Amino acid sequence: MEKNMLKKEDKIFKNLYNEHGWEIENAIKRDDWKNTKDLISRGREWIINEVKTSELRGRGGAGFSTGLKWSFTPKDVGSRPHYLVINADESEPGTCKDRDILRFEPQKLIEGCLIAGFAVNAHVCYIYIRGEYINEGKRLQEAIDQAYEKNYLGKNACGTGWEFDIFIHYGAGAYICGEETALLESIEGNKGQPRLKPPFPALVGLYGCPTIVNNVETIAVVPTILRRGGKWFASIGKPKNTGTKIFCISGNVNSPCNVEEEMGIPLKELIEKHAGGVVGGWDNLQAVIPGGSSMPLLSKKICDTITMDFDSLIENKSGLGTAGIVVINKDQDIVACMARIARFYKHESCGQCTPCREGSGWMWRILDRVVKRKATFSDINLLSDVTKQIEGHTICAFGEGSAWPVQGLLRHFRKEIDSRCRDEPLIKKKIDNPYLVDQHLLENKNA
Amino acid sequence: MSLKKIHDDQPKEFKFSNENLKKAENILKRYPEKNKKSAVMPFLYLAQRQNNNWIPLAAMKYIAKFLSMPYISVYEIATFYTMYNLAPVGKYFVQVCTTTPCLLRGSDKIVKLCKEKISHKENEISKKGNCSWMEVECLGACVSAPMIQINDDYYEDLDEKSTIKILDSILNDKPLKPGSFRGRKNTAPENKPVLNGEKHA
Repeated sequence: MEKNMLKKEDKIFKNLYNEHGWEIENAIKRDDWKNTKDLISRGREWIINEVKTSELRGRGGAGFSTGLKWSFTPKDVGSRPHYLVINADESEPGTCKDRDILRFEPQKLIEGCLIAGFAVNAHVCYIYIRGEYINEGKRLQEAIDQAYEKNYLGKNACGTGWEFDIFIHYGAGAYICGEETALLESIEGNKGQPRLKPPFPALVGLYGCPTIVNNVETIAVVPTILRRGGKWFASIGKPKNTGTKIFCISGNVNSPCNVEEEMGIPLKELIEKHAGGVVGGWDNLQAVIPGGSSMPLLSKKICDTITMDFDSLIENKSGLGTAGIVVINKDQDIVACMARIARFYKHESCGQCTPCREGSGWMWRILDRVVKRKATFSDINLLSDVTKQIEGHTICAFGEGSAWPVQGLLRHFRKEIDSRCRDEPLIKKKIDNPYLVDQHLLENKNA
Repeated sequence: MSLKKIHDDQPKEFKFSNENLKKAENILKRYPEKNKKSAVMPFLYLAQRQNNNWIPLAAMKYIAKFLSMPYISVYEIATFYTMYNLAPVGKYFVQVCTTTPCLLRGSDKIVKLCKEKISHKENEISKKGNCSWMEVECLGACVSAPMIQINDDYYEDLDEKSTIKILDSILNDKPLKPGSFRGRKNTAPENKPVLNGEKHA
């Protein structure tokens, strides 16, 4: 029961690998900016309705309906201006799709910004790029300059009478700034620490003004959706999980790659057809992280049949997230892999909420002990307890993001973990195992 | 949050160069007048580039005055974000991604090579040449793993052999061209000439 692969003409990102050139002339040949003026002249209502019809869900991880989000902005501009902010702070381990859009399809993003900006009444758009993407940012700036030269941006953007400007703001290496309110804090010139919601950014966002924050991929598909109709987009994929999606397949596969495919494609087909299969064959598969590091991993049994869309992954207690697929085969130490993810979260916690700031370190230290076979059975219960104390007790979703992968590991690999643990010795020896000091700092002595 | 150490030997004064002053004025135009605090992050980058890739305390004080904000707020931001270096780094600053997708493809070997070739400790400037290295979290090029970033550029699809070549090249001050070191085109799948009827490099 194999589904047909996504047809060539249904691909939105035709230049994902830069075979046809990223410059504006080449982008225009691929139908970017084709009838933007006409699309915008049909009005806000039409644009938002068409996006709603397409059932486009945000591509940044949460999967919230984009059309619905846009409709939350106030209809009329009051005393405060509206803003559009694009989240290009792609830092989720396993995800590298936005980088290719920024490098090779910048005009799709810029056109999407203009349309989305018009739809939510914004005259100014900030694109927040992660600081490490210096070259990608330069490329995007070049693309923006080219669009200004053609008068697609500026006072009378694309002849629509709408004034629209795009500015780039670089981040500086903080994963948490991918969270929308932390991102806004960062643009405002503060530490990137998330805000309490509500109020949601759609009402009180950047500089206290109504702000829509969208992922790069979400905005970049909007022009194509409007051009070909929301119904066309909705006809691809599964109900409520429509359209195409860029999947990033990394880890132990024969040819890791980015590929645009239909939502709801079986995971096995995706890995075997596009990424050249698992290293050592499908039977050598141990686990897959389906949606960037914050989504719980899937065991091989689930991977055999799972389809890649928001709802089926939620049914299996995971999530599509950013669709960054990390394949782990049996040659790897699964606990070490997850311990490394726990270390990532420990490093990236912004430090605002205690459960996350302290808990992420606890999780990493316990997992590190499991890897070194120094953990006891009671440690594992403690670990499970810590994940539940973080989950749901933090301001932003980072808490869940750090706890879920560990919960996934406990759910699917409890036996493996238990086999490495031992009982508490009756006579306690003094072990050099500090609970509150980070092991690697002690080892390095250079922190 | 990461631990950061402020450098012991601090210059007394810091001022933007004329060129950077012009850039700073342009940056300020991007943000609303009453929110010029927003420019603090781009300003810190300017200061870092002007001062051999690290930010002295004097620069933070200068920026605080420039944007009429408290010095402590600038200090907070400079210590919060990992990309602001508060102590000198090498002319070639190697950042090795070691998060899980890179780990799965052998980033630990690259760390080992950095220890052998550059310096045993992280953030220590090499005896020969002018390089330093550190481990960092995900750099967002997971399908090109393992990879390293040297200053602004990404070196992707590495193995031990190519890493040795790259490290030797920077130690001799003749850096190689960045990009994929397995000769593939960007993030396209390899060994797959026909896919959906399209040609892939």
